[in-house]
Formats: sequence, C-alpha cells, structure tokens
Amino acid sequence: MGLDVRLPIGVMFALMGGLLAGYGVLGDQSIYARSLGINVNIIWGAVMIVFGAALLILASRHPRATGGGGGR
Amino acid sequence: MTLAWLDWLVMLVYFGFVLGVGFALRKATTTSAAFFQAGRAIPAWVCGLAFISANLGAQEIIGMGASGAKYGIATSHFYWVGAIPAMVFLGIFMMPFYYGSRARSVPEYLRLRFDEKTRAFNAISFALMTVFSSGISMYAMAKLLQILRIFEAPFAALGLGPEYIFHVCIVSSAVVVLAYVLLGGLSSAIYNEVLQFFLIVAGFLPLVYLGLRDAGGWAGIAATVPEPFTHAWRGFGSAETSPMGVDAFGVAMGLGFVLSFGYWCTDFLVVQRAMAADSMAAARRTPLIAAFPKMLFPFLVVLPGLIALSVRDGQGGQPGRLGTRAVPYVEQIGPGQQRGQVGQITPVTPPAPGLIPYKVHEGTGEIVRDGSGQPVMDYDLTVPTLLLRYFPTGMLGLGLTALLASFMSGMAGNVTAFNTVWTYDIYQAYLRPRASDAHYLRIGRMATVFGIVASILTAYVAAQFNNIMDVLQLVFAFVNAPLLATFLLGMFWKRTTGHGAFTGLVAGTLAAALHHGLTLPAGAVAGVKGGWLGVASRYPSEMAQNFWTAIDAWTVCFVVTIVVSLMTRPRDERELVGLVYSLTEKPRDEAQPWHRRPVVLGAIVLAATAALNLVFF
Repeated sequence: MGLDVRLPIGVMFALMGGLLAGYGVLGDQSIYARSLGINVNIIWGAVMIVFGAALLILASRHPRATGGGGGR
Repeated sequence: MTLAWLDWLVMLVYFGFVLGVGFALRKATTTSAAFFQAGRAIPAWVCGLAFISANLGAQEIIGMGASGAKYGIATSHFYWVGAIPAMVFLGIFMMPFYYGSRARSVPEYLRLRFDEKTRAFNAISFALMTVFSSGISMYAMAKLLQILRIFEAPFAALGLGPEYIFHVCIVSSAVVVLAYVLLGGLSSAIYNEVLQFFLIVAGFLPLVYLGLRDAGGWAGIAATVPEPFTHAWRGFGSAETSPMGVDAFGVAMGLGFVLSFGYWCTDFLVVQRAMAADSMAAARRTPLIAAFPKMLFPFLVVLPGLIALSVRDGQGGQPGRLGTRAVPYVEQIGPGQQRGQVGQITPVTPPAPGLIPYKVHEGTGEIVRDGSGQPVMDYDLTVPTLLLRYFPTGMLGLGLTALLASFMSGMAGNVTAFNTVWTYDIYQAYLRPRASDAHYLRIGRMATVFGIVASILTAYVAAQFNNIMDVLQLVFAFVNAPLLATFLLGMFWKRTTGHGAFTGLVAGTLAAALHHGLTLPAGAVAGVKGGWLGVASRYPSEMAQNFWTAIDAWTVCFVVTIVVSLMTRPRDERELVGLVYSLTEKPRDEAQPWHRRPVVLGAIVLAATAALNLVFF
C-alpha cells in the first residue's frame, strides 16, 4: 500500500506544533492565566515539532523497516 | 471562551491530513482485498495502534472521564481487569485461527468452523449493531458539541441558530469519514486511526498535566475526593460496599471474562485491524502492541474525572457555565448587541464540589432533579469542562481536534467493519455469489455510503426517540453476551458442532433477555432498565445487572452448546485443521527475537497490569 504512515503524521505534527509554538511566541500572553500561567502553546508546540521531526527522521532512515509493507 | 482563527486552523489542518491520507491510497485500492482487508500488508505496530484507536471512540473518552468522576480509579477495571487480559488472550491463543484460517471476517470464520446459519446469525446482528452504534455515538458527539456552546458565536455570525451545530457536526464528520474510507478503504481507515491515536494523546496529555498540577498532584486529589475513589479495589469484597455494586468475583467474571473477552476477542471491529497485518506473527503481535498503551490509558481518560472532582473553585454545578461562563447565548450575537444586558445566571442550587456541572433541561434551561429533589450531575461534561477551563486559544483547537479525531476513528472503525461483513458475509454469501471482484469492490463502496447514511438516520432517530435506541442497544447486548462461549468452544474443543453452536447462541441470547426481564437495578422502574417480565430480584446497580446478565448468558450458551454438540454428529477432523487448537500446528516463535514473541510480550504486559492493580489497590 505504498504509504509510510510516519510521513503524514510527522508532517502534520510538525505543522500543528509550528502553529501552536508560533502563536505562543507572537500572540497575546494574557491568555495563559487559564493554563495556570504556563505558556502551553510554546511548550506543547515544541514537543509536537520534535515528535513530528523524529517520525520524519525515522521514516527517511529506515524507509522499508516498518513502512507501508509491500502490497503482498 | 470562544474559538479563535488558530483553533479553526488546527482543526482544518487535521481534516486536510485525514483526507490527504485517503487520496494518497486511492490508486492502491483497486481490488476488494485491498479495500476490505488492506491487502493484508500492514506492519504490526500500525495495526496495533489502529486496534486501540478504532475502539477509542468519543464515547470512551467522554464515558471514562464521566465514570472516573462517578466511581474514581475503580473505573480502571475496564482496562486492568477487562481489556488487557482479553487482548493478551486474543494475541496468543485466538489470532492464529482468525489469521491462519484465511477467513476475511469473524462471521466467515464461523462459517468455516461451524455452518451457514451460525455465520448468518452473527453477520446480520453485527452489521445492524455497527450501524446503530455508529449512529448513537454520532448523536452523542453532536449533542455534546452543541451543549458546549463553543460553536454558538461563529454559527450566530452566519445567522444560524445553535440547533444547526448538531446538523453541521453530524454531516461534516460523516462526509470526511465517508470520503477517506471510499478512497482508501481499510488501509485508509487504519492509517488515519494511527494518526488519530497520536492526536488524541497529544490533545489530552497536556490536559491531564495541567489538571493534575491544579489539583495538587495525586496527593492533592487523594486529600479532596472520598477515600475509596483513589483505590481501585476498596470495598470490592462484597456487592453492598462496592462503589459499582459488584463484588470482585462479579468484576472478574462479568467484566474481566465474559464482557471483555467477548468484545476484544470476537468483535470484528477490532479483530479486523489485526487481520490486516502483513504476517501471522504481526497479526499476533497486534493486540499485544496495543495492550501497552491501553494499559496506561486510565491516566489519560479516567484521571480527568478525578481531577474535575478534586479541583474546587466554588463554581461546580453551576448551569450554563460551560463555554460562555454563565452568560446566556444572546450575549454572543455580535457587536451590534449591547453586552451586559443579560446578567449572569444566579445559581439556584448551591455549587457542587468539583467542576462537574448539573444537568440542564434542554428546553426549559432548568436544572434536572431526581426523584428526591437533588440536582442531577451531568458527568458526560466532565472532560469538555476541563478542556474549556485549562486550554487557551491554540491548545483548545488541538483539544477539540482530539475529541473529533476520537469520534471519527470510532466511526470509521464501525463503517469499515460494516462494509466488509455486509459485502462478504451477507451480499456475497446469500444475495449474489460468484460475481467479479470489481463488482464486490463496487458493492463495498456502496455499502460504505449506505452504512454512513444509515448511521446519520440513526443519529436523528436517537435524537427523537431515546427509548428506541435504549431498547436496540439492549437487544444487541443480549445477542453479544453469549458469543464468547461459542468462540471458545469452537476454537478449543473439536467436538463442538454447528447445530450445537447455533442452538447455544440462541439459548444464550434468550437467557440474557430472560435474566434482564426478571431483574431490576436499584432505583429504576420496570421497563427498558429491566423487570419487564416481573421483578424476581434486584441488583444494587445497573452495572451489576449488566455483568450478571452477561455471566448468565455465557453459562447457558456454554452448557447448551456442549449438550447439543454431544447429541449431534461431529465434523470430520480433517476439515477442522487450521480452525481448532488441537488439530492445528502451533505457531513457532523460537526463531523470533524475544521482543517479538507473543508469549513474552503478553507476560510483560500482564505483569505490568498486575503491578498497576497493586499500586492503586
């Protein structure tokens, strides 16, 4: 089924993480009162970027190890 | 709390990616084997994550949080007594027969092992059940998003009343799931389930972290909630003292054995994911890989219930505080309206402990009260309340996307199981055998459309007549309860015959109905809750009644199947090779490294689960 599922998940997480982290840096800082004063957008956005990047690196290093199977 | 552009963007990105996965798989989906079975080419870890994700519907996220607030950490029994042992059993003992028999579905296995009538009984009841349960969860989800009030402002801006939220939720999620299942079939559903799995974890993990921090950690929770809530087994010595109204034996037999094994080991919705694996070894590892994250899920879905109970800001129970924070809908209309014209709703009842709101009557906006005048808690709003409380713009979008993802993964699971059983076990078996593969592929796609349309209709029927849905769910519970006995006897006792299996199933279903008709949980009136044949005995809770109904049905099915099998002619043993344990060559795992051997993985996950039970004893 020629698709390595790590690719779309990796890109999606990196993209969503980038959106969150970017907003956390540039956006209104007063909204974090509800999250106990923690800027969760920056922190969790960064975690999502790292996770997405890790999936992409894994997928590019071992493209056939656990990829999309061979369509047997 | 209102939605900002960023929240919408996060949701949009999600929709784009699930559809993109469907499009990417479009070209590979040209045969019925690719559409219904994912070409049996999916790696074990992907199948494993899809296995739990398909089961992790919105109802589980919402329901387990609600149950966590009602019963505390004892809710983990659904995982640590229920799911995990059953998943280990499926991987080690049952998967060789499902995968090795080359059956394309669970009902098809029943035909290979027994006969046509047993398969037809299972196929038809399963097909109906998937459509209805998908419709009911659709209804629950849309209703929830409507009650959350968070979509009211954007809808009002478009000139649409809040009732449109329900319609738009249902239609848009149905269209997206329909599109990606039509495009890529089971592979598309499975790959998206993996994506949804990671998204669900990403959406709820920070919620648990913030909630725990606010509640003062586990110690803070333990100090504020009633003591038994932080102990999984406190009071389970007898049914009277147990918070669930069931003693440890009832939990182990009813939930741990009959209900959980019955679901995880025989329900095609989950088994289909393992059957799509690229090898026998991968198929066996699928439920075992799934068991590892599943074991930790109580911390993700049950803990929010305890957090909501523990955090105290004096606002618990207030009606209308969701989303718009105790401000009625009109204030949200737009800049033309004067703000502050409509004041805060004064709570008519003193605030309840914790953050869980009271149930509000939809029409009148008044708090719903039980027979003794006490306000009724709306436990289903536990998790959404926390989302709106702790998540700022951005994270809120992610949290709502996670909720949508859980809903869509459950729905796609139902739809792919439905189209396969309909096409292979009903259409090909009884309506039109021996047609071309392209024909069955087309029928499968039509069944997908039909299944989703039928789910939508069910959702609207559920909105109109709640009781019909309760009755239907009850009937399915009766049909499902005895199934496990049929599979166990079929797989592990070669003497079991088709007549025995079928008679046992029918007898077990009747026994379940009879047991339910003669018993009643405390506080309920005779009717859909039981006792519709007269009340012979009462149970302390509905859960107790469910567990014992299942135990009864299983026992009757087990005994009747054995007795009838002994009275009927056994099948030739040569026909049963690959279908029955004693006549099938055992899969050899010695050549595999230890971390790929099912028995080793099973032992590790069982030991860890036992340890969790002890830690929270």
